Amino acid sequence: MSRAVPLLAAMLALWSPGAAGQERRIPAGELKSGIAFASPEVRAMQADDFSNPGMLWVEKGARLWSTPAGGAGRSCADCHGDARSSMKGAATRYPAIDRASGELLNLEGRIRQCRSERQGAAAPRHESEELLALTAYIAHQSRGMPIEVDVDGAARPHFEAGRAFYYRRIGQVNLACANCHEQNWGRTLLSETISQGHPNAYPIYRIEWQTLGSIERRLRGCLSAVRAVILPYGAPEYRDLELFLAWRAKGLPVESPGVRR
Amino acid sequence: MSARIRVVPAPAKRGEVVEVSILIQHDMETGYRRDDEGRVIPRDCINLLTCRYNGVEVFRADLSSGISANPYLQFYTVAVASGELEFSWIDDLSVQGAARAGIAVSE
Repeated sequence: MSRAVPLLAAMLALWSPGAAGQERRIPAGELKSGIAFASPEVRAMQADDFSNPGMLWVEKGARLWSTPAGGAGRSCADCHGDARSSMKGAATRYPAIDRASGELLNLEGRIRQCRSERQGAAAPRHESEELLALTAYIAHQSRGMPIEVDVDGAARPHFEAGRAFYYRRIGQVNLACANCHEQNWGRTLLSETISQGHPNAYPIYRIEWQTLGSIERRLRGCLSAVRAVILPYGAPEYRDLELFLAWRAKGLPVESPGVRR
Repeated sequence: MSARIRVVPAPAKRGEVVEVSILIQHDMETGYRRDDEGRVIPRDCINLLTCRYNGVEVFRADLSSGISANPYLQFYTVAVASGELEFSWIDDLSVQGAARAGIAVSE
């Protein structure tokens, strides 16, 4: 026994996979996008680009993309060219570490940074039409491509924080994200089928909201539902959690703009 | 206010029934909601929408607070000639919107 313990410890030390190598609680073969849990009507609404109201924001985003903004008088297109090629796949890699600042940025954060630092404009407010439209337009360029975030290196502490948040029971209802979206997905909660809680369709047009909204808005909805403290927009906890969620959903195709009930 | 219009089939044969759809971005504020400080958010709905086909009115709808935000409307008309569908609408704040789309009709 006394010999076995150090041997086991040595084996554990050797076996130290990166976060990406860790096993996910929902294996790849069982991953299901939220749209799989939606009603046929909602699925049809998302599948048809004409009836998908999120496309209104995508079109608006396309116009904003080539419209000069801010003191620099530059449009997104002046630097990035045609988004249909330059932004293809971009959304699959977010949240990601910003090399210059070392901060974790989600897609909205990157757009806000570009607006303020490179275009000399005011960073668009969270959930503003401008930010939602640009996010929808950029995310839309990755539609059909699998989520592929990097959770190693500088992103690792954010990933761990996100994971800790995911499994921590919070709020007066005392529930962790995992209690619903990992342990009870596919079962019904009131009139709703609990999804696996993947971030692959954001920004989404939620019929309950009657508008397009970001993943942060959705996470706030969950915090409110478990009667926890609702963190302010832009709080780092959301981005950490978003990174963990993206890792959990690795391989699922981007659907942006999604439609949900 | 942006809008999207779809006409199917395109092109249509003369005399054929075509399906015309329009999706308009509009809050359709009901007047029943309150803001964070408890003040009533004034009602702002599109209250009238019309569609003219080569100048002739082919569709008219009175909308009210029972209609969802970003209303999606669909109707049928008969393809008579190539030309244009002109939509126009007005909301409770008297803001007018308009959108047009071509319609192609083959013999």
